[in-house]
Amino acid sequence: MQDAILESAERDLEVVAFRVAGQDFCFDLASVREIRGWTSTTALPHAQPYVKGVINLRGSVVPVIDLSQRLGFGEADPGARHVIIIAVVADQTVGLLAEVVSDILTVTESELQPIPDIVDETVRQFISGVLIQDDKMIRRLELGTILEQEGRHAA
Amino acid sequence: MSGSDKEDFRSSFFEECEELLEMTQDGLDAMADDPHDAEAVNSVFRAVHSIKGGAGAFGLEAVVDFAHKFETAMDAIRSGEADLTDDMLDLFRMCGDNLSDLVANARNGDNSPLEASGQLEERLLEITGDLDEEGDAPEFNPVTLDLDADPTDSDMAATYTVTFRAKADLFAAGNDPAALFAALRRIGEVTVEASLDDVPPLSDLNALDCAVLWTVSVTTDRGEADIRDVFEFVEDCCDLEISAPEPVAEALPTTEGAAEDVALVPDLVPDTIEMPDLSDLVSELGEGKEQQGSEETPASPSGQNAPPPAKASEKTTKSANTIRVDLERIDKLINLVGELVIKEAMLSQSVDELDIARGSGVSAALDSLKQIASEIQEGVMAIRAQPVKPMFQRMARIVREAGSATGKRVRFVTIGDYTEVDKTVIERLVDPLTHMIRNAIDHGLESPEDRKAAGKPAEGTITLSAAHRSGRVLIDVVDDGGGINREVVRNLAIERGLIQESDTLTPAEIDHLLFMPGFSSKTEVSELSGRGVGLDVVRSAIQKLGGRVAIHSEPGEGATFSISLPLTLAVLEGMVVEVGGETMVVPISSVQETVRPTEADLDRLGVDSVVLRNRGELVPVVDLGAFFGFRRAPETLEDHVLLLIASDQGPRYALVVDAIQDQRQVVIKSLETNYQQISGVAAATILGDGRIALIIDADTIMRDLGSGGPGEKPMKMAG
Repeated sequence: MQDAILESAERDLEVVAFRVAGQDFCFDLASVREIRGWTSTTALPHAQPYVKGVINLRGSVVPVIDLSQRLGFGEADPGARHVIIIAVVADQTVGLLAEVVSDILTVTESELQPIPDIVDETVRQFISGVLIQDDKMIRRLELGTILEQEGRHAA
Repeated sequence: MSGSDKEDFRSSFFEECEELLEMTQDGLDAMADDPHDAEAVNSVFRAVHSIKGGAGAFGLEAVVDFAHKFETAMDAIRSGEADLTDDMLDLFRMCGDNLSDLVANARNGDNSPLEASGQLEERLLEITGDLDEEGDAPEFNPVTLDLDADPTDSDMAATYTVTFRAKADLFAAGNDPAALFAALRRIGEVTVEASLDDVPPLSDLNALDCAVLWTVSVTTDRGEADIRDVFEFVEDCCDLEISAPEPVAEALPTTEGAAEDVALVPDLVPDTIEMPDLSDLVSELGEGKEQQGSEETPASPSGQNAPPPAKASEKTTKSANTIRVDLERIDKLINLVGELVIKEAMLSQSVDELDIARGSGVSAALDSLKQIASEIQEGVMAIRAQPVKPMFQRMARIVREAGSATGKRVRFVTIGDYTEVDKTVIERLVDPLTHMIRNAIDHGLESPEDRKAAGKPAEGTITLSAAHRSGRVLIDVVDDGGGINREVVRNLAIERGLIQESDTLTPAEIDHLLFMPGFSSKTEVSELSGRGVGLDVVRSAIQKLGGRVAIHSEPGEGATFSISLPLTLAVLEGMVVEVGGETMVVPISSVQETVRPTEADLDRLGVDSVVLRNRGELVPVVDLGAFFGFRRAPETLEDHVLLLIASDQGPRYALVVDAIQDQRQVVIKSLETNYQQISGVAAATILGDGRIALIIDADTIMRDLGSGGPGEKPMKMAG
């Protein structure tokens, strides 16, 4: 992934930016299916704490992941302002709980910077790069690992 | 023909093959029942022939080669040159299997011949070999435009010979000879032959004139007038002669033209002719030979052309009224109908909340909406239902192979072939049934010597039956073997540590040991069914389908394995319950009864277990909320409800829930599509308020409890 960022040509990339636990994050818009308001979930037994439960997305059962909890910021307390970003990753549809969607940005891949080496492993695991916009730093989430981990451990 | 057209034709050819292979099996079955059944021999011949034709069009040489030899042998039987023996029938069945393998390979893009083909071909040649020497198998015959003969009209029919030459006017008026021949085909069996004798050299050819002379043999039970009717509109612009009927089909006048001379013919074939026919033609052109009048009145040796069985005509009508539909479309419809049912429930719920007077227009309309929705649902579900017959036919092959691997002679009987079951259920049944049948032959049936000694016929019988009973499908695998040797089973179970030496088990309990993981009843692992996989795998596969499996065995008389399955995987009758603030669904099929417990019914056993006294049995009590980790087990059970869960793989247990809300049909939604399997949860559903509720899997809850799985132990009773 990191290689891809380093090698990339000046290709336009659309990302959706949102906030989790007061920090800015983004991932590729191409993965996003829709963004919906918070609806209460049905709890799943024996699930990882960051799996909020499942919601009914027009007849499909879609799990909702609390990004705040997943990224280590602690459990979110979802309210009316929270949103669920519906994304498709590796043929699976998931909902990602975020505080607010702030923007849809068009950036070139060269604007994405690799994360500094000093950052610890847990961060590296989920964040594949950062994007500086004005004075904000937006972290690019690696959706694959967020779900992969969830799948592997939650059995 | 564009690439995608070709792909379409290709896939429709393979679909067609499925049917033709089925027809082959049916025909062979009928031949086994009555070796003189000319119609059966014919139908096998026709089916193999059509497969060959289609395969030729797609250049599937391995299929063509084998089908050709198979067909030639069938032709020898049909023409009475060879007498059908049991050995031959076995050979033909193996050939059918082999052909099916070849087609399956070809479908996957593998056109190489199979190893088995060679040996079978040699044996086929033994049947046809002498015939060749007599020169009876003509190497070359005029091209026959075979318009798919109708099998139903071969008796009491006369053969008319129609010679037909089209004048230029005929084409100018927009008529097409092929359409006329197709019309003739509706009257009876038709063989069309195109003679190119009068076709002038290219230099003299007038493009507007048609120099082809067609000779059409029509075998029909209708009169000449009906044939003339077909040509009514073209009478003035063609030369038409209809010869007097000949009772017996005779060889058509042959032309000396070489195959390439008739290469014009494909251009004359209109698009309206069905694909297989076209491919027949193409392949025959390629081969440059064809059995004379192959689809015509079968030359029956004894002259006893049995009247076509009613079944055949039924089939003809039936196929005319069926369409092929992509499964995906049906599934989409099923999902939408599921949505409709959910929305309908949501609407009812909202109306209820509005507190509108009963009997008002709204609730009456809602009631009829509800009824229509459920009828649509039933109707759509019925589309997915398929007869189990093709699967049963696959099992026939398993029986043959297992029989020859074990050296046992097995008669295979199927009952209820037309019982309809959800397509997905059928597909997922193939593996467990294969296993059970192999098992029945390998372990169930005795060797022929032992059978004789026991006063039974040397040939064992495996019966596979399907039936509908009270909204479920019952499938039984019955063998007439020695039955389960309970002594051996018990000893093995002790040896494997599944039970204790001191345990007393009822015969039924001993039988059920067969389903225990890690049990395999043959001491030496046999090549056939013992691959370290036991019946426990069968059981879990069937449970995944929401089914149950049971054994009934009588020593010396054989064993019956009964599978009971839901009709569909899409809906389920469920009890909607409330547990610790969550709404969940318990499948009705698991719930034996519901109990409002009183203090007197409950007993504490040991430190942390509670048991319920019910029907003279002590039943362990499990709190559903605690099992799922939603809450701690309640202090007292007095204001709770107990659901008595019966399962065929373990003892009964009682599930504690807070309240029962409703009993209704719920649409099953997969959790695994977007998430993963959860222990104790079978699937999810969507309730009337649009929220998701989990459907519990009563069987795994018991298993997890038994194995100290992720759930809580049977609950503690405080105070």
